[in-house]
Amino acid sequence: MLASYFPNGLAPYLIGGLFIGSGVALLFLCTGRQGGVSTFFSAAWSWFSRRPFFQQASLREGRQWRLLYALGLVLGGTLYAGLGLPLAASQLPAWKFAVGGLLIGFGARQGGGCTSGHGICGLASLSPGSLLMVLTFLGTAIITAQTLSYLGVAP
Amino acid sequence: MKQRLNQIATLASGILFGFGLAWSTMIRPESVLAFLNFRDLGLLLVLGSAVGLNLFVFQLAPRLRQRALLGDTFQQRPFTANPQALAGGVLFGLGWGLCGVCPGPALAGLGTGNGDLLIALAGILAGAWLQGLWAGRAARN
Repeated sequence: MLASYFPNGLAPYLIGGLFIGSGVALLFLCTGRQGGVSTFFSAAWSWFSRRPFFQQASLREGRQWRLLYALGLVLGGTLYAGLGLPLAASQLPAWKFAVGGLLIGFGARQGGGCTSGHGICGLASLSPGSLLMVLTFLGTAIITAQTLSYLGVAP
Repeated sequence: MKQRLNQIATLASGILFGFGLAWSTMIRPESVLAFLNFRDLGLLLVLGSAVGLNLFVFQLAPRLRQRALLGDTFQQRPFTANPQALAGGVLFGLGWGLCGVCPGPALAGLGTGNGDLLIALAGILAGAWLQGLWAGRAARN
């Protein structure tokens, strides 16, 4: 019963989740910051755009640590691959990344966060608003993915 | 000195986060899509263990200490859901369900050498730009 829902076992998920959680915990304990990722993608525009929206203090003040944090995320992936740990290939059509990326960028910023901000930090903060957001984007994603599978547009 | 330590801690946090995303296979869009189609519920364990650990950290640390280890205040999460934000959540869910990518795994997956994710990252940056135009326009009206 359990095995049919976890064909790849439990360990990689639990161990990976603890690494992810350790990163978020380390950031909070050392710097007091909530380690959401998606704000970086708005804050990055504050270097290039003079528009008042992108020049607001909250984006300008956070942009440096958010850049370092984003760089760390990339390097964490590089470290994993560099150690020769198991890595399965991935192949999705480019149009899905292009369209999906646009929706993700707009939606996560309009929604005030993504899986890390609302999902990890928000839930760990016991924020009712973040819980509502997680249920909203998780529910929409499940319906979207299953509808596309049903229509034969997947993976 | 303290600023340098702050930078090191921030970079190290990101590295741990990215390493964990790779270990948990969440950097593979196929893994996320397998969860969304209920073929492999692993994502729930990833989220559960990451949240479980941080429930202790986020709830206990501010009660035990006035300030974070490097001297700054603990940030709160001043978020209340509203219709605009919920609409954003729906759009995010549409994109996530379409391609199985979210912002963290897009960065970490690029780090493991999946160059296709540059397309997703360019899309996310463009989406964030459009959201800024949208929110800026709405603020002026």
